[in-house]
Formats: sequence, structure tokens, C-alpha cells
Amino acid sequence: MKFFVSILLTALLALALGFYLSWWSVAVAAFVVAAFVRQRPGMAWLSGFLGIFLLWGGLALWIDMENQQILSKRIAQLLMLGGSSIALILVTAFIGSLVGGMAALTASYMRK
Amino acid sequence: MRIIPFLISGIITVALIILFSMRLPVGNSSLPPLGEFLSPQQGFWQNAEPVDETFSLDLNFPRLKDQVTVYFDERLVPHVFAKNDDDLYFVQGYLHARFRLWQMEFQTHAAAGRLSEIVGPGPNNGAINFDRNMRRLGMVYGAQRSLEAMETDPVTKAMMDAYTAGVNAYISQLSRKDLPLEYRLLDYKPEPWSNMKTALFLKYMSYDLTGAENDIEYTNLRNVLKAADFDALFPISRDSLDPIVPKGTVFDNASVQPKMPASADSLYFTWEKNFSAVAAAPLHKPDFDNGSNNWAVDGTKTQSGRPILCNDPHLGLNLPSLWYEIQLHTPEHSVYGVSFPGSPGVIIGFNDSIAWGVTNAARDVKDYYEIQFKDESKNEYWFNGEWKPAILRFDTIKVRDAAPVYDTVAYTVFGPVQYDRSFGGARTHSNVNLAVRWKAHDPSNELKTFYLLNRATNYDAYVEAIRNFTCPAQNFVFAAKNNDIAIWQQGALPAKWRRQGDFIMPGTDSSYMWQDTIPMEENPHVVRPARGYVSSANQLPADSTYPYYLGGVYDLYRGLLINRYLRQMFNVSPQHMQQLQTENYNVLAEMILPLMLRNVMVGNLTAGEEKILEIVRNWNYRNDPQERGATIFTIWFDKLEQEIWHDELAIAKDSITMPQEATLAEALLRDSAFRFIDNVNTAGVETLPQVVTTAFRKMANMVEQLDRAGRLSWSAYKATQVTHLARLEPFSRLNLATGGGTHIINATKSKHGPSWRMVVHLTDETEAYGIYPGGQSGNPGSRYYDNFIDSWAAGKYNTLWVMKENEGADKRVIGTMTFTR
Repeated sequence: MKFFVSILLTALLALALGFYLSWWSVAVAAFVVAAFVRQRPGMAWLSGFLGIFLLWGGLALWIDMENQQILSKRIAQLLMLGGSSIALILVTAFIGSLVGGMAALTASYMRK
Repeated sequence: MRIIPFLISGIITVALIILFSMRLPVGNSSLPPLGEFLSPQQGFWQNAEPVDETFSLDLNFPRLKDQVTVYFDERLVPHVFAKNDDDLYFVQGYLHARFRLWQMEFQTHAAAGRLSEIVGPGPNNGAINFDRNMRRLGMVYGAQRSLEAMETDPVTKAMMDAYTAGVNAYISQLSRKDLPLEYRLLDYKPEPWSNMKTALFLKYMSYDLTGAENDIEYTNLRNVLKAADFDALFPISRDSLDPIVPKGTVFDNASVQPKMPASADSLYFTWEKNFSAVAAAPLHKPDFDNGSNNWAVDGTKTQSGRPILCNDPHLGLNLPSLWYEIQLHTPEHSVYGVSFPGSPGVIIGFNDSIAWGVTNAARDVKDYYEIQFKDESKNEYWFNGEWKPAILRFDTIKVRDAAPVYDTVAYTVFGPVQYDRSFGGARTHSNVNLAVRWKAHDPSNELKTFYLLNRATNYDAYVEAIRNFTCPAQNFVFAAKNNDIAIWQQGALPAKWRRQGDFIMPGTDSSYMWQDTIPMEENPHVVRPARGYVSSANQLPADSTYPYYLGGVYDLYRGLLINRYLRQMFNVSPQHMQQLQTENYNVLAEMILPLMLRNVMVGNLTAGEEKILEIVRNWNYRNDPQERGATIFTIWFDKLEQEIWHDELAIAKDSITMPQEATLAEALLRDSAFRFIDNVNTAGVETLPQVVTTAFRKMANMVEQLDRAGRLSWSAYKATQVTHLARLEPFSRLNLATGGGTHIINATKSKHGPSWRMVVHLTDETEAYGIYPGGQSGNPGSRYYDNFIDSWAAGKYNTLWVMKENEGADKRVIGTMTFTR
């Protein structure tokens, strides 16, 4: 239960902070949630990772559908992803969640 | 707290954040900072515009005097309804910035020699050399002088101020998440707009359209050729010329008479001397193909009895497009057409009374003078028998990720010393100092022309408007609803003695300087002609009876063909005019291919070569996309030129220019024993059949390779592309299936062609068609980024909607932007 709550809270807080702060606010969100919701380090890392993965992946997917892949195909060519929109969405989600996971892990060690 | 794991994971977190905030190098470019770039809330995803975006918005700006409403139609063309000029140009500036900001800034940075600031030194210092060339040519100097002239006139001052305020109103409220994509990729931010940037943009157009000089190349040729040979290779008239002003027109005597210097024979016409080859290879010369077509027919030629005006300016094909379509409306006027993002007003278009268009006059208004400095300091130069002080200007070129480059440019009575030993590096192996005299250095107010044309209601108002236009000289075509048609070649053009400025001139005395300007009334023009049409296509404006020297480098064939068609056409409709604008007939081939075919020695051809001969023999002279004959002919003629010219011109070891295609075609049609046919490097005397056959063989070799690669059809060989301004391939459109080419009315070449096609039928309710190869949005994430390109390539047109103020509820309106105080 805590695990799912963490994921959800991380995603929501990151979304909210994203309206005001720069992209690294995903780290702040994951850190704060992991500091308040106590979990074992492995689980904290995973919930931070998944929270941001779902947020960035979900937002990118939604934007991409609204845009009918016009831009994602071009950017995916530019970043040498073979023009694949899905690959670009996954890379997007992964970059954000890598930072989110590590920030959550840091917070969980702080609580121990 | 587990201190060690906490520190380790904390450090990794921070390290990742730093890593994703840096520009990471990949190969010889670099990735934008990945964290911000990929963030769906701040990064490039924000540029992915929903396909059903309406652009509706209510905006407030205290600067406005009244309300302005902008209706976007289904092609994203804004129809701007303002109550006064000030509000109108404010909103035009806002819209240009909203849809084209990056390009506006990039192009003006290029004009000002500031590209290195954005892109770094470039491969082999290419960007730095580009910047130095622009600055040494005096682009900033010229733009400043023009800006002073534009700001002295209260009308253009107000127009520019309002426009600049509009651009800055957009920039100042631009949040990070709305930053145009290219800023993210290149990782920099826009700076405020200014009237100077508008002046720089217009100066860039002057630069692009005054490339018709070959002073350095011709000088290198003069040094090795006899006078008679030079005249044969670079003639100043053409046999088959059909000029803008019809042959047989009687011109008045010249009212100003330029005097040739007494020393010209000893100092200037120094044929075949081979003294000090110049060898400065000019960098970044504008494309010679920056030409255009325009014409107008009056009611005697049309089905409706009303005039039709057509224009298609040929320029580099880029995305975002040079043009932005717009309708500008106030209670006093309503004008529709294409504008330059970077400048207020409509540049080519029509209003409720008239229509106008432009082609390049291609007159030579850029000359070079050889300066003798006293010493390396360049503080003084020899002029009129004494040492005269030069003005030294110090320039700092900022370079991204590298140390700035400092440059010193000496300004003389002629202008800046563009080429000297310091500039050109390995390219210049001699110590010449070349100052440039360029018409675009003089103060001028071209913007006034467009302000007045936008509001012109008749022929007199049109003449009054173009009177302000000094550089780059243009052929302004005109038609009015009262059935008046006209064309004026307009610009401030120096009256030159024969061949003045074709070669580098001595810079040591004033007798070689430009003398008087040709009075406007004596510029070539045709008004209400009995033949019912006027036209121009960058050909010589008049034949040799025109009393002034015309110099320059001109096209011949497009004008010839346009006039041939217009002469025969009656009962025309706008659709006929569209067909003419996209016509792919190759008149050069019609004239010269029969001669080439007659002279191939068929006896010794291989089976493969015979097949190729058969294809080109059966070709219909049309450069249509699927035609293989067009490819074969083009390569064959090219090889023939090399066979005939290269042996003689090889003695000029330095930068030269080849004779034009028309020169060879006309020489061979005149004389099949043309003396340049002989290869001077062989003992025997070559004949026309021999060189034609040699050229055929060389062509066949290439054609067989093309055929194996499946690239023999004309469109595959030509490979027309519309490239992104920053040369980003995924943002470009490559390999378009389109016909046309050099010397074809449909002048679509590989990277160059009709940048805007317009046909205006001046009926009571104006009926107009137009298209450009791009889209209204400069955002590669928008469906409006390149949505005109396929139709353009197919030769189709959009119907231009001249909206009325009460049509806001029309179903063509997709969104509304309101601007209030």
C-alpha cells in the first residue's frame, strides 16, 4: 500500500512542482515523498523511479497523441532513435526516473 | 541515518542532475541539456502542438490605442483587423514573433556577422569566416545608415517602432516552456528585437540580391585573355534577347554622361598582361540564381476583361520559410500578401485597387577598388596624389565556447577594405587590398516603398511608392483594377562607362569612382503597352539602344519563353496563368539540342550509348519530373561546356567564372567553327562533331551510373529539397518529386526555386491564388510547419481569402486572437 501511495504522491508532487520549478524538481518531489513515507531503500528507489517514469512517460505519451507524432518522429531522428516515437517516450521517462529514483533512495537513507 | 549510503546516493543524484544539465558532445555536435530538453513540462514536448490547436487567445497590452482582432484561417493565415497603423504593425510584430521568432533572430544574426556567437567557430572556422565576411562587407555599417534614413522619416519610424514593440511584447512574456525548439537544441535564449534588426534583415535581402558582380573573377580572366576573347566569352548583349522593354522602343538620350578615365587604357583595360593575379576567392557569394519571374496582362488578354498579375520570386528554399502570409486591415486600407518575418508591411501582394510584384534587376552595384596602403598599419592610403588617412574600425566577433576573434577593417572613400592579407588566409596568395563600393552602403528607405505600395490605389501612387526604392534594384510589376499595367526597373543605379566595375578598379584616384546616378525617369520601364502585357525574368532590361551601360549577369531564357507564351495567349484565366508559372518547357534545349544531335558521330557509339541517344532524341523538351531526357540533356550540355572552355581557361590559375550557358549556345548557333571549340592542348584542330561526341561519351558514362542507381528521372537527379535554416535534416524535406530547373519558367532547382507563387485576378472582388514551399508556423512540432510543401511541389495553389471584417463567423476561421489595452 505504502508503495503505491509513494508512487502516486511522487508523480503528483512532481507534476505540481513542474509548473513552477525547473526539470530537476522531479528530484525534489521524489526526495520529499520518500522522506515522509517510510520504506526500505529498495522500495523507495523503485517508487521514486516509477513515480517519475509514469509521470514523464504518461505526459509525453499524451502530448504525443495530441500531436499525432509530428514532432516526436523528427526529434527521434535527431537523437538517433531511428525516428521511433515510442523509443523517445521511453528515453524521456527513463532520464527523469533515473533522477527520481536516486533522489528517493537518498531520502530513505536519511530516514534510516 | 546511514551516512555512507546517504552520501553516495546523494552525490549520484546531484551528479545525474549536473550531467543532464550539460551539453553533451556527440561526434562533432552536441546534445542539448537532456533533463530540461526531455522534460514533458518544460522541454521540447511543449513544442509538440496539438493538431487541433486554435491559437485563440485574449491579450492585453497598454501600448495599444484600440482593439485589434486577428482571425486565423484553416491554413493559419492571420487576418488582422486594426483601427490604426500603430496597432496594426504592433500586432504584425507580435504574430511574426509568435510563429517565427527563431528564424527572425537567426537571419539577423547572420546579417550582422554574429553566427559564431550561436553556433561556435564551425567546421574549418566556417562560421567565423562567414561572420568576418559579412562585417567586412559593411553589412552593419550599411544597416546603420539605412536605419538613420528610415528613422528620419516619421512614417517609417512609427511603423518600425510599433513593429519592434510588438515583437518585444511577445519575447518579454515568453516563458521557458514556450521557447522555440531551435533555441533549446542550440541552447541559447532570444534577445530583445530592435529597429536595427529590421534594418539588418532588409540589408540581408540587399546582400542576397546584389550578387551580380564578378569583379575578381573577371579580373583574373582579363589578366590572361585578349580583349576580343573576353568580349566573346562575356558579351554584354545577346542574339536572342527579348528584353523587358521591347526591342524597337525609342529611348531619349542619356541626360548624364559618365566619363571614362583618361588612364583607363593603361591602368584598367590591361588585357593579357598576367601581372599580379588577384586570386582572392570571394567567400559566400550570393546565389546567381536569385532571380524571379513576374508579369501582368491587361483586359485585352483576359476572359474577364480585367488584368491579371503574376509573380514568383526565386530564392533559397528553406524552412522555416522566408515568407509569412498575412492580411493587414485598417479602416484606411486592406492589403494581402507575403511579409518578411523581421519587417513590417506586406512585401509582395495586392490591395483592393492594385497588385504588385518584384523580380531582381540583377544590375551590378557592387564594385571593388584596389587600395595602396602606405604600410602594414593601414593608417594611410594613396588617393589623388597624397596619403589620405583611413578610418580603422575594430571589430570583436564573439565565438561560442571559444575566445573572441578581433578584426580591424580599414574604411576608405570607397567603402570598407573587405579583402586583404589578413582575411582569406590560405585563399589569398597575393597582397591586394580590395575596398568595396556597394550601393547598399548608402542611406535609403526601402520600407517606405512597401508602406506606400500597401496603400497605393493607382498608377501614380505606385510610381510615388517605388521612387523610394534604391537598392537592391528590382523590376516592379504593377496592375490596377482600372486596367493599367506597368513595369519599372527601379533602383538608384550609377551611370557607368562601358565595362566600368566589371574588373577591379584602381583605387588611387577619384576618376574611377561612380559618377552620377541615372535619373529615375530614365530607368527602363513599360507603361500601358499596346501589346497588353509586361514581364520580367532577370533578363537584360533593354537592348543595346538603351543609352546606359547595363553590365551585370542576366538570365536569357525564362524571359524569352514567358514573352513567347504571353504574345500568343488570349482569353486567359487565372488557371492559365498558374499553368504558365509552373511550365516546365526547356527553351535552351529547344534551341541547342538539335544542333548537338546533328553533330554526334553515331558510327562509333556502343549499344548503351545508342540507347541513351535514343532517349534524348525522343525527349519532348520538357523538364517534367519523370523525364529522363532532361537529365541526359543537362549533363550533356554541361560536359560540352567543359570540353569547350576548360582548355583555354585553364591558363587562369585563380578563381574565375565560366561563361554563361547562353554564351556557348549562341556562339555555336552562330558559328559551328567557333574558335574555342579547338582544344589548345592538342596538336590537331578539333571540330564540333568531335567535341560534341566526346562530351556525349562522358555524359553517357555518368548517365549509366545514374540509371543503375535508379536516379535517371529528372526529379530524382535534381533532388529538390527544402532545408532547415540550421541544416537539421529531420526538420527538412528532401527529394521532392518536382520538375523545372535552370532556364525553366518553373525555376525549381535543387535548393533554390519559386519561393512564393502568386496569381492575382483584379476583378471587383479580387480573386487570388498563392503558395510557398513551407507553412505558416516555424515550429517543427506544428502541423502548419510544412503543410504547403507537397501542394507546392505538385504545382497546386491555395485560394487566398480576402476576409471582410464581418466574416468572423465564417467556417474557415479556426481561431481568434484579440488584443486589447
